[in-house]
Amino acid sequence: MKYIPVSNHQSVDLKLIPQLSYSEFRDVNVDLLFEAPERHCVNYFGVELDGELHLFSCIADDNSHEVNVSSTVVNPSVEYHSLTALNHNFENFEREISENFGIKYSDHPWLKPLRYPKNRFDQSSSIANHPFLRASGEELHEVGVGPIHAGIIEPGHFRFIANGEQIMHLEMQFGYQHRGIEDLFLKKRKLIERITLAENIAGDTTVGHTTAFVNLWENLSGFIPDYSLDFSRTVALELERIAIHTGDLAAICADIAYQLGNSVYGRLRTPIVNFMQEWGGNRLAKGLIRAGGINFPFTSELSLRLLEILKAFEAGFNEMSGKFFKLPSALSRMEKTGVIKYDQALEIGTVGNSAKMSGLMRDIRISHPFNLYKTAIQHTPIIKHHGDVYSRVQLRREEIWQSIGYLRTLMKSLPDSTTPPNWQLVPEPDKFIISLVEGWRGEICHCAITDSKGELEIYKIKDPSFHNWMALAQAVRNNDISDFPICNKSFNLSYCGFDL
Amino acid sequence: MLENFKIMWHQGKQYIPDVTTAIVPGIFRGRPVISTVKFDEAELLEICPTKAINATAIGSGDDENHTAQSLVSIDLGKCTFCGECASRFPEKIRFTKDYKISSNDRSRLIIREGDDSPIIMNSELIRKEIHRLFGKSLKLRQVSAGGDNSCEWELNASNNVQFDMSRFGIDFVASPRHADGIVITGPISENMAEPLEICYNAVPDPKIIILAGTDAISGGIFADSPAINRHFLSKYPIDLYVPGNPVHPLTFINGVLDLLRKV
Ligand code: SF4
Repeated sequence: MKYIPVSNHQSVDLKLIPQLSYSEFRDVNVDLLFEAPERHCVNYFGVELDGELHLFSCIADDNSHEVNVSSTVVNPSVEYHSLTALNHNFENFEREISENFGIKYSDHPWLKPLRYPKNRFDQSSSIANHPFLRASGEELHEVGVGPIHAGIIEPGHFRFIANGEQIMHLEMQFGYQHRGIEDLFLKKRKLIERITLAENIAGDTTVGHTTAFVNLWENLSGFIPDYSLDFSRTVALELERIAIHTGDLAAICADIAYQLGNSVYGRLRTPIVNFMQEWGGNRLAKGLIRAGGINFPFTSELSLRLLEILKAFEAGFNEMSGKFFKLPSALSRMEKTGVIKYDQALEIGTVGNSAKMSGLMRDIRISHPFNLYKTAIQHTPIIKHHGDVYSRVQLRREEIWQSIGYLRTLMKSLPDSTTPPNWQLVPEPDKFIISLVEGWRGEICHCAITDSKGELEIYKIKDPSFHNWMALAQAVRNNDISDFPICNKSFNLSYCGFDL
Repeated sequence: MLENFKIMWHQGKQYIPDVTTAIVPGIFRGRPVISTVKFDEAELLEICPTKAINATAIGSGDDENHTAQSLVSIDLGKCTFCGECASRFPEKIRFTKDYKISSNDRSRLIIREGDDSPIIMNSELIRKEIHRLFGKSLKLRQVSAGGDNSCEWELNASNNVQFDMSRFGIDFVASPRHADGIVITGPISENMAEPLEICYNAVPDPKIIILAGTDAISGGIFADSPAINRHFLSKYPIDLYVPGNPVHPLTFINGVLDLLRKV
């Protein structure tokens, strides 16, 4: 066996993961992805175990619904051939491995620092001196934006090379948001601390990341969640999707100066996030998702209230969308703007909506189902084909409709009881586990390895943005620089989810 | 055109007429109230993820009953409003829906046992020029420094059609040159320490600093991360602390309005 197939959030004994020589490891993982669009790399990371540097590669297979995990041991003083040279899906992963452990690759096409973490291998690299691609020539100029942007958003630096108004190249530099969160997962030993960390990975995806964490933690500790827990997580995920997608539509309207759409979608989001608060006391669902139980039962009164809110929301949403999606001035800004074709999406390895917009099927709800996504909800992903701003906007509208439908289905079978959180969950020793969740942005992946005492050796987090930022960089090529905001907003990727 | 009017008509009145008295729906976690019920505090202290709960001994344990007495307090500058303490010890801690929890005085964010009074400004600490210069118009530059995009999200919401903060002349602007102060979110990651300082220096004097959210006020769950650098905060005066995880738009708006009031 060259790899072991594992299921979503089901732990396996660490020693069962095959350890290959580096060249074999490289061949196996590159081969797995070769001409197989149903397979994609969900995680690839390094970790020091017993004084040696181990690399673990996790290739999800959407047809078999399993993740193929393999490992190898590398020596930081040796130079290696990269996997990226053969498949770009590995690009950021290898940059991270190189940045954290000093691994040298002879043929990595873009081996630059990734996020300038505090404990990076090369302490002489500095975020203020990122080695940007430079262009020379009289007609070209560079435009630098950030780290602090014009609006109220997170920091990151964008460096454009433009020919007049036209973008030739965009390079993004991250790391400004690095808070050392993966290390804190190891340092902080209490479950409540770790849950709080999970809630703060990316505050706009509180439900997504916290669900990935609790699904992982419960299985690692041998706890089987009951229907009420699966129910609350699924409901919260779909609510988060509706809320953020609606807010995104508002922001996209703002970026094309369509005031009516901005105001109406903006106000439509409020009852959804306020419902989160009615349920759990926080508009972004912080405090709601817990391991082994929940503090806030989903009562029949809440169910009635939600149905009422959805009804009013739907009427307002449909009326506004009926106008916005037919407005020639809006369509002309969105159609054929910021395009990513299927082949590009596949090569970059995009996930979630950044894949589904280009006809590439990436949706954990169907490929590696979790919580109620195989039982109460039979999910059918929505797929678009043009890969432009308009496709991304359409996806949001249709996913909102779909989520409303799913919530209505779920409201028909409420859980009859709930248990309070269980703070005594103790992970089992020498395990490996991977937890995948489809958040509103796409595939969230958390991965953990425990040592012989059941303590965490590593806690690895991957936000969908890790894959998708490159799609934005490619999408804006040959577009006018004035279309950058709408392209950026239509992807709406996370900075803190990337920087970790 | 007619369609536009129809849509507008159907929206009805969305704005909150009085942001100082509005009642938030559901079970919001605002200002906590700590009862004087006595029991073993050790467990209570243990559950808090950010050490926001404190117990100060008031008896030595050498009195007649040999019982040590202590007073419990919660520091809203450290609290992530996870609600865990209230869920497990409802007879000791209860969160009210009072969202006016900002203050310019850091020590006023500490809620003591038995205290159910509103959190207010310390008027002695408010600089005189704030009301005179910014009372009718305050332009703010927001800097996210390791923020998780939840406070940023709520600050954006402060200006949607419901909360409509600009009606008070309070706006977020793009350039620090146009700003009268900065609003910091996040625990201040080391990689943002320098850009933050550059941005602050670019704001013309006189200027104010507002810390929005638990992460900004104390570092929150990241307080002991080596990857953050909060040196900036010890160099400059802080004019307003707005607790929350994330801050609620009403907490932010009321906090700023109180700061701008004539003293
Ligand atoms: S609500 Fe605040 S004080 Fe209570 S446990 Fe959570 S962080 Fe601590």
